[in-house]
Amino acid sequence: MTAPVIEMRGITKTFPGVRALSDVSFDVRAGEVQALVGENGAGKSTLIKILSGVYRADSGEVRLGGTPVHFSHPVESLAAGIAVIYQEFSLLPERTVAQNLFLGREPRTRFGLIDARRMREESREALSLFAAAGRIDPDRLVGELDVATQQVVEIAKAVSTGARVVVMDEPTAALNEAECEELFAAVDTLRGRGVAIIYITHRMREITRLADRVTVLKDGEIAARFDEVPEPGAIVRAMVGRDIEDFYAPPARPEEIGAPVLAVRGGGNDRLRDIDLEVRAGEIVGLAGIQGAGRVALAMALFGEAPFDRGEVTLDGETVSFRTPRAAIRGGVGLLPGDRKSEGLVLMQSVRDNGMLTSRAFASPLSSHRRNANGDLGGMDRLLDGMEIRAANYDQDIRALSGGNQQKAIVARWLSMRPRLLIFIEPTRGIDVNSKAGIYHLMRDLAREGAGILMISSDLPEVIGVADRVLVMQEGRIVAEFPHGASEQEVMHAATGERGVAA
Amino acid sequence: MSVSGDPAPRRPAFRFERWAPLILLGGAFAIYVVVAFATGQAQYLTFENLIAILGRSIALGITAIGQTFVILVASIDLSVASLISATAVLASVIMDGEPGMILPAVLAALALGGVVGLVNGLVVSGLKVNPLIATLGMSLIIQGCLSAFVSNFAGAVPAEFQVFAYGQLGPFPFALLFLLALAVLAWAVLRFTKFGSDMYAVGGSEEAARFAGIKAGRVLVLSHVICSVCAAIAGLYLASRLRSGAPWIGSDGVYDLESIAVVVIGGTVLAGGRGGIWGTMAGMLIFSLIDSVFNIAGVDSFAKQVLRGVIIVAAVAFYAIRSKRIVA
Amino acid sequence: MTDGTRPRGAERRLRAPRINPVWILLAVLIAAIIYMNTGFVEPTGYMNFLKRAAPLAILAAGQVYVITSGGFDLSVGSLITLVVVGSSMLTNNDPAATLWVIPLMLGLGLVVGFVNGLVVCFLRVPSLIATLGMMITLNGLAFLWSGGAPRGYLPDTYRFFGRELIRDVPLVGFIPVSVIVMAVVIGAYGWLMHRANLGRQVHAIGDNPVAAHLAGVPVARVRITAFVLSGLSGAVAGILLGGFAGVSTDVGAGYELQAITAAVLGGAQLLGGRGSVPAAFGGALALTAIFTLLNFLGLPQPVRQVVQGLILIAAVALAMHRRRQTGT
Repeated sequence: MTAPVIEMRGITKTFPGVRALSDVSFDVRAGEVQALVGENGAGKSTLIKILSGVYRADSGEVRLGGTPVHFSHPVESLAAGIAVIYQEFSLLPERTVAQNLFLGREPRTRFGLIDARRMREESREALSLFAAAGRIDPDRLVGELDVATQQVVEIAKAVSTGARVVVMDEPTAALNEAECEELFAAVDTLRGRGVAIIYITHRMREITRLADRVTVLKDGEIAARFDEVPEPGAIVRAMVGRDIEDFYAPPARPEEIGAPVLAVRGGGNDRLRDIDLEVRAGEIVGLAGIQGAGRVALAMALFGEAPFDRGEVTLDGETVSFRTPRAAIRGGVGLLPGDRKSEGLVLMQSVRDNGMLTSRAFASPLSSHRRNANGDLGGMDRLLDGMEIRAANYDQDIRALSGGNQQKAIVARWLSMRPRLLIFIEPTRGIDVNSKAGIYHLMRDLAREGAGILMISSDLPEVIGVADRVLVMQEGRIVAEFPHGASEQEVMHAATGERGVAA
Repeated sequence: MSVSGDPAPRRPAFRFERWAPLILLGGAFAIYVVVAFATGQAQYLTFENLIAILGRSIALGITAIGQTFVILVASIDLSVASLISATAVLASVIMDGEPGMILPAVLAALALGGVVGLVNGLVVSGLKVNPLIATLGMSLIIQGCLSAFVSNFAGAVPAEFQVFAYGQLGPFPFALLFLLALAVLAWAVLRFTKFGSDMYAVGGSEEAARFAGIKAGRVLVLSHVICSVCAAIAGLYLASRLRSGAPWIGSDGVYDLESIAVVVIGGTVLAGGRGGIWGTMAGMLIFSLIDSVFNIAGVDSFAKQVLRGVIIVAAVAFYAIRSKRIVA
Repeated sequence: MTDGTRPRGAERRLRAPRINPVWILLAVLIAAIIYMNTGFVEPTGYMNFLKRAAPLAILAAGQVYVITSGGFDLSVGSLITLVVVGSSMLTNNDPAATLWVIPLMLGLGLVVGFVNGLVVCFLRVPSLIATLGMMITLNGLAFLWSGGAPRGYLPDTYRFFGRELIRDVPLVGFIPVSVIVMAVVIGAYGWLMHRANLGRQVHAIGDNPVAAHLAGVPVARVRITAFVLSGLSGAVAGILLGGFAGVSTDVGAGYELQAITAAVLGGAQLLGGRGSVPAAFGGALALTAIFTLLNFLGLPQPVRQVVQGLILIAAVALAMHRRRQTGT
């Protein structure tokens, strides 16, 4: 057995108010793929950020090839041979493949100029490891490549820096089946060359296909360590490992589910095909699928942001066709965007202003900001109080609040509008475990009051635990439907590959 | 508008932006030819006249080359017009008709440009002041200092230095060849040096550049220095052309806005990271052709100004309207 | 992934009512003025001061809308020029003409703002370029209209707003009409910004246009309204300036930057999300007070420009510094 390339010992990291990692130890050997799994918020990203020097651990040490190292910037860890491939690409779309591969370390001629020919040749060499190499012209602009090929370029970049350790953070999130295979082949190539690979994922299939060893993180601690890949159930148990019944609100009883609120027949646009969908009053419908499967596109189509161009949509039995979010809101649809900071909040404004944003948008611009047809400041305060938002006062800037409290303020925004259909996109992303339960119960209360709810989440246990019905999307279509209580494997299976497994 | 999730599949398409400057240039040239024939002034279609058209845009071209550098790194420089006036006056006052003082005058003008660029760059990258405000503020400071000292033509440019603007090499004016040389140099810097590559990286994504170990602040400062030095050269050229420095030549030529417009028409995006020198040169040609069209058609000079404002906005809109981003 | 939670302490801590630093600055400046000229405490002293500050204060109130919505309006200075020149052309020394010329000029301001807003929202041209283009165009129109040499005279009925005083007012003795106009405009703009839905929506689109759009805010409509309010403020300021100053083609020159400086001094955040009409009023008074002090010190006019440039950069740099410390 070879000595570990990377050893992390007793890593603890605390953020104000949250212990992100406590006493985590972790190692990776040359020529192996170590899968790092865990739910959203389990601490995987924090651990990697400590490894790459983005964060500094409160205690514990990192050893690279046996010697302790302290990185204070990712540039330093990269120089030491640790390459992290983030979900958001660090490639420049307006530059060529070769220029990206050698960004910041271009080969020079003896006159100090960039040696374009050598750069091109070395690019070809770096890319030749991968099956996709034949398709990648080093002179093509990266922006013209498809996502999977960009990912290969990203990996080739890591390899060409001579990295001994490559970290991949959910690399298949945006890939389809065939592209995944190509990526797996690339990972195999790396392993064959003796590179140590940390592979972050929560997809059982990828673990089975790639991993040599598995480490499971849960709530900032090591929950399990497997020296060979166990059966998937063992990993899932270690990942979730808590009493699901209390955590999620109970599903709707049959008598609580009413008439259809939303019905879509044959809906489609350039991202969506043959969408047939029904959401009933009192029901929470979950949408599962991998990134790029069209879940967000479906939400944005219903919300008028990227409308359907074919098919029929009815809301409470009336045919509607929303061309803008404003029209959709007027028609009784609400949406909580997936990226709270960039799409949901007006960060420099107060908690109250964030809550009142939509109701004010539909009142006369010349009337008082204190009250409008949908309520007044006092009513908003009562809504916020009812959700137990923790804030010094509601005039405080919302950016100072925790993610969970921010999310509640956005929920309050929609509550005041009393929508018929409310769409939640990634409602608990970046929210600590305790606040999550609060959001789930809020969604259930809303449904009980008669709204139809559509929830999109990449957190599979969450979709399964919260929704009364789970629809699975793939490549712009709804491919399967499961009742409450489906297993993760069934849903994942439907989301990632073989069709026709609908229950 | 960007909303997260579900990235659209990218497919290699006809890159409109890449060809837009050439299409526009062709259009401008066609209009020029049509107007010349329509007004019965086909004599304007000679080689000499085309050279003359270019000759009127030298200062704009030099300034725009500099502006290309700052826009590529996602900054902007609105102080070039004042700096042009300041360097023209400074050089002319130092020369004061003495051929022997040409070199000190040129060096002083370039040094002034360098210092202004350095300050602009440091204020933008170090103090994180919005580049529009930083350079507008700088423009006020320069203009204020300048008008504290001079209010009319100042100094005199000796005949030896007037060669810069009026000299000829065969049929080609020196200044035109100089502009071409400067453009080739700028192109080479962007294309073949690490600094050029770093500029595209910083403009494209400052974060990606930093992760690749590029010192983004230094790249930004250097770009500003280059921009201001180019403006200083434009000031020297104008001093030579007018045979003296005047504190209004920069703002009269609206070099700040026009240089930005030329760069944008040339396909360099205001958000940084994409574009190049030859686009800027095409932009300059487009502007000089439009100007000549106005001249041939006998458009009143004030009306010309009105049309220019409209054309600049239209040019930016020509590119911007295709993006879905919300702008403010 | 775990960045969501902030210190509990920060949540519990009550925010102390903080006084906007612009008022402290203003108090210090006023104290300095009184020290140098005790006549300032008399009504003639401070009323004249307010009268001089009125056009800038009105402009700043309009500019705050555009800045808070995330943009800039650089066209107001030339709008002032066009209003003054246009009024002199249209009234043509006929006192009765004031009655229709003033509403027409207010309409002109409205149209200019509306066009600015349309160009930004629908042609997606960044407001800096759009309003700079408008600035050139309006300046050209002012020249075109007056043939370059405006007649230097407006009827007294027109000059009433800028020049006249209401006498025999208890306590203060007299109030200039322009001060009343200023109070009305600041009051109305302040009310719209801080007490009506419009103001909250202007803040929202400047803070995060994507989030505002997804929350149902009619982003384009609100942004256009902000530009219209700025255009109207430019027209009102032009009418007042036509009253005190003569007619020339540079009456408005530089006012756009003064308005931005005043707004920034009042703590308005560049690129949007924060802005206060009363604080911008404070900023306008502070800037006028600085100019008054420079006059007392006998410093020449150009120094004003230099000082203004320095203040502009320093105010933004300080604001950025504070933001980095509070961690935006």
